[in-house]
Parts: sequence; C-alpha cells; structure tokens
Amino acid sequence: MNKILALIEMSGGEMCSTTPGLLAAAARLGTPVAVVAVAPGGGTGLVAELGSLGAEHVYLAESDQVGKLLVGPQLEALSAAMTALQPVAVVVANSAEGRDVAARLAARTRAGLIVDAVDVRSEGERIVATHSVFGGAYAVESTVEGAPAIVTVRQGAIEERANAATPAVTTVTVSADPAHSAVIESVSARDAGSDRPELRGAARVVSGGRGLGSRESFVLVEQLADALGAAVGASRAAVDAGYVAQTSQVGQTGITVSPQLYVALGISGAIQHRAGMQTAKTIVAINTDADAPIFDVADFGVVGDVFTVVPQLIEAIKARASR
Amino acid sequence: MKIAVLVKQVPDTDEERRLDPASGLLDRLAGENVADEINERALEVALSHKDSHKGTEVVVISLGPESVTKALRKVLSMGADSAVHVLDEALAGADAGRTAVVLAAAVKQAGVDLVVAGNESTDGRGGVVPAMVAEQLGLPHLSFLDAVEISAGSVTGERGTDSGSMVVSAPLPAVISVTERSAEARFPNFRGIMMAKRKPLSVVSLADLGMDPDFAGMGRSVVVTTSARPLRTAGKKIVDEGNAGTRLAEFLVAEQLV
Ligand SMILES: Cc1cc2nc3c(=O)[nH]c(=O)nc-3n(C[C@H](O)[C@H](O)[C@H](O)COP(=O)(O)OP(=O)(O)OC[C@H]3O[C@@H](n4cnc5c(N)ncnc54)[C@H](O)[C@@H]3O)c2cc1C
Ligand SMILES: Nc1ncnc2c1ncn2[C@@H]1O[C@H](COP(=O)(O)O)[C@@H](O)[C@H]1O
Repeated sequence: MNKILALIEMSGGEMCSTTPGLLAAAARLGTPVAVVAVAPGGGTGLVAELGSLGAEHVYLAESDQVGKLLVGPQLEALSAAMTALQPVAVVVANSAEGRDVAARLAARTRAGLIVDAVDVRSEGERIVATHSVFGGAYAVESTVEGAPAIVTVRQGAIEERANAATPAVTTVTVSADPAHSAVIESVSARDAGSDRPELRGAARVVSGGRGLGSRESFVLVEQLADALGAAVGASRAAVDAGYVAQTSQVGQTGITVSPQLYVALGISGAIQHRAGMQTAKTIVAINTDADAPIFDVADFGVVGDVFTVVPQLIEAIKARASR
Repeated sequence: MKIAVLVKQVPDTDEERRLDPASGLLDRLAGENVADEINERALEVALSHKDSHKGTEVVVISLGPESVTKALRKVLSMGADSAVHVLDEALAGADAGRTAVVLAAAVKQAGVDLVVAGNESTDGRGGVVPAMVAEQLGLPHLSFLDAVEISAGSVTGERGTDSGSMVVSAPLPAVISVTERSAEARFPNFRGIMMAKRKPLSVVSLADLGMDPDFAGMGRSVVVTTSARPLRTAGKKIVDEGNAGTRLAEFLVAEQLV
C-alpha cells in the first residue's frame, strides 16, 4: 500500500501532542510511517507508543545534532526516509518546527506543499486537503499536482485515532550540514503553569480583552474558565497590555479555536479577533457597549459590566454544581 | 551591511476579505491592499539596525501584481533605500513554492547579507515562504523570532516554542522571520514621503531573473473547490438589570453547556 510519512515532533524528551492526529491522518491516506529524529539510542522507548497510535513502521533517524541545530536533523530525517521509502505523501504538524521542515523539504525535493489542512482524504490517486480560510468564512479544497504531496495539518484539527499496529523499525544515522542550520543556543521551559486545558483544541474557551482593564483583574477570566473547565484565551489588545502571555492570543495572528463554547469578556470583537473564534458552536459575549461588533456573532449577548455579571455567573454555576 | 526585507501585499484585515469562488484565489479588487503589517515589523528590524549602523542598505523585495507599487512606495517612505518588484504574468496565482524560488532568485541578484521576512502572511497564513527561500539559497533560517539582535557577522534571536522559548543564532548570510511580538513599525514622516518618490523601484520579470516561466519539474498546490460558509447571525441580547449572570447561567444549562 502507499506509504505516508508522518514527522513526529519531540519536545523536552516527549512526543508532541500532535502525534496521534498526524498518525490518524496518515492512516487515512495509506500506511503510516512515523519518522522521528532522535539522539543516538534515544528512540527505542518511542516505538511501542507510536505503534499504539497506528504507526506500522517507525523510522528512527539518529543524530547527535538533535537539540543542537534548529530544524536540520528533522529535515534530514524526513529527507532520508523519503529517499528510502518513496512515500506518496508526507504529513507534518502545522507548528513552527513542522512548517519549517515541510517548507525546506518541499523546496529541496520540488514537491508540492499544502499548508494548514484541517482535513485530508485520498481521492483516487490524489490527495485532497480541506482548509478553513479567513476565520472559517470559506472552505477551500486543494490538491497537489506532481507527487509526492507534503501536507501540514492544523494542530488539533484531526480528532480521530488510528488502529494500533506492531511497527517494523528502521534505524539510520543522519547528519545536517551545520552551515545551513541555525544553532540552538539555549532552551527555557515555561512555568509548568496550571492544569487548565490547552487552548488549541479546547472544547470550551473563556477569553478576556482590554475591557478587563489590568493584569490583576484578568484573574476574573481565569476564575470563570476554571468554573467551566475551560481554557483561557485573550484578544491581542489584552496580550499587548501585558494581562496575559501571547500564547493565549486568539485570532487572525493568534490561535484559531473552534470550541463548543466560546465566552468573550470585555472584547469588542474586531474582525481580526473574530477570525480566530467565529466557528465556535456557541458564542457568549459580555460587553458594556451595546454596539460592540462581538454581539453580531454572539448566540447570547449580555450588555453589562464583566465585574458584576461574571461573579454572579460563577456563583450560579457553582450553586448548580453543588446541588 | 545590505539587508533585504520581503514584503507581501495583502488585503487589509480591517475589511471583509473575499475569495473568488471560481478560481479560489484572493479577490484582490474587493478591498484595500496594503503592505502586510508583519512585513512593516520586518522592515523595522532592518531600519533600527540602519539607525545605529551607518552604511546599512535596505532593499525591499516584493512579488505580486501591478498594485504592489503602492505598498512598496509606503515602505520606501518609511526608510527603505530601494525596492524590487517582481512582476510577471506567469506568476499569477503562484503557490508558495513558486513564490519562494522566484524571491530567492531576486534576493540572490540583490546580493545581501541578511533577509528579513514576516513569520506568516495575514492572507495565506502559510508561514512557509521564508524557510523555502532559505533552502533555495542554502542559508540558515531563524524562524518565528520575537526579538532579534544583528551583529557584524551573525544574527541571534528568541523564539517561542510550544513548551517555552529558545535562543537561536546563525552566522551571516542568513534568513530570519519575525513575529508580531517584534517591535512595531515607525510611521513615515513628510520628508520620507517626499523622498520615497525619487527612490529607485525596479520592476523585474522572470526573464530578467533568468528563470523558466514553466517551472518545469516542480510540483504545485492547486485549489479544487471554494465555498463560502453561511455568515453567523446574532442571537439573543439582554441588557443587565442585575440578574444577567443568572440568566446567562440558565442559557448555558439549557444548551447543556454546564
Ligand atoms: C494585522 C492585524 C492582526 C491582528 N490580529 C489579532 C488577533 O489575532 N487577535 C485579536 O484579538 N486581535 C488582533 N488584532 C487587533 C484587533 O484589530 C483589535 O485591536 C483587538 O482585537 C481589540 O482587542 P479588545 O477587543 O480586547 O480591545 P478593544 O477593542 O479596546 O475592546 C475592549 C472592549 O471591552 C469593553 N469593556 C470595557 N470595559 C468593560 C467592562 N467592565 N465590562 C464589559 N466590557 C467592557 C469595551 O466596550 C470594548 O468593546 C489584529 C490587528 C491587526 C491589524
Ligand atoms: N509574494 C511575496 N512577496 C514578498 N514576500 C513574500 C511574498 N510571499 C511571502 N513573502 C514573505 O514571506 C513571509 C511569510 O509568508 P507566507 O509563507 O506566505 O505566510 C511574508 O511575511 C513575507 O515576508
């Protein structure tokens, strides 16, 4: 059957959370081959887990440059696997690293590149990807002329899981040309943070905007998020004002979310913010300005002050939970 | 030092943006076209280096239709020294791969020490062109930088990762791409606007770059179908009269969301 390579990204010694979705995408298109760049000897522990997620073949590319050079080892791993296995497609997460690797691989092999697919399927000989464009205003399908296809898949977009397999294992050694790679000088881990759900792919999101007024008051957003078991998001204005980290930004230039419930607190609903959340199933907004554009997309809008409405809402949710 | 800044013209994100349902391509006539905000930040990286290092030369390079001239005059008025506009009918609807090989050729012709790009464009949100340009040129690429430091022979930057951040570096020549965390761009002043009119803006074709307009042997991505999704409509809106929090909770219960 047609081989499909999936690049497995590693972060701090762990497989990234994109792994199951990528292997499921690969399984839909053909026989999934997990390709992973690891330090020499560092891959054996991954094989069983990759198999349980559907990999029928694990291609371990060992390199002592892993963690030292940016992108180079992962690129050489995929490049070597492509030459050895002649896949019909390569799937990669649409993350920073994934896009860098996919882009370089496409440029190097002159293959066609499809970016930010939210869905993939095979249609006869070709691979068709679906994209959600301009904040979901359009659904676009694309394909690649001239094989193979290199596809980056939006993180969290594919929820299905592939059937477990017992993978064959190949181990090779790869080496990137240091002259073509950036050097990783240092890595710092973010504070372990909270046990709130990850924003990307969350089923519920509570976001706060400039209307929260200060970093201290932004706690209100977190309190409602915790009462609902939701992830915390924000507008760019709230990020720029320093209320919350940039990794929480929802919108055009932030994360795109598509949750069951999206709650916008003190957010005007600028077009660039809506581009990141308007495909949510249910949208709730609280804003003092009755004319705020967020109300145009809200299923339930409250014209009111977040500092009075939200505490009452939290009370009501808690009262119900303890019944 | 000579720095190239890659500038893409995009539809203004403040307005409704449209795709042509027949071709699946951007409807460039629908709204105002501007230099992408992220590219103004990329230019700022180059200009702030120029401020403190006399003799720095900044060339902006853009591939796109006739209308690109306006975006290029804007960035010239902000302080870039010259502009190159790659314009060729064979590039209509060019995908990222074609865009990147052509930009790489234009960068090569300009002969620069550093290429600065935006991390991703606001229309395509591809975020792949800078890495493809780097691969074509055989250069290191520091991508998704929140902060940049340029020195005589190298470039260093900080980038966010899923689990924290990292510091990366490369010797020059190199390609970098910056995020919207990097410094906001300056505004053009009156003098800049007057001077921009006289700055060199050269229009080059694929033939001028010595390139094959058929891109023989190159795969490409093509749009198969485009469909507009129905617009969202406003639902219930209440004004708080002291019990909105409770009423909102009732709504969430009714929708089985709590
Ligand atoms: C290229 C580009 C990309 C962008 N990308 C993004 C993006 O990814 N994400 C994003 O969010 N923005 C983005 N923006 C910015 C966007 O245009 C808006 O500036 C931003 O979304 C505004 O954030 P806000 O709604 O929090 O702030 P504001 O527009 O200032 O709105 C604050 C709101 O809070 C309300 N308010 C004030 N006090 C209270 C209170 N006590 N109770 C209730 N309501 C209150 C006000 O009525 C107001 O509506 C982008 C802009 C550009 C040009
Ligand atoms: N047509 C173009 N002309 C000039 N620069 C471009 C073009 N397309 C992309 N770029 C550069 O590549 C960056 C990322 O674009 P993209 O990969 O399309 O998201 C942009 O911010 C620009 O710096």
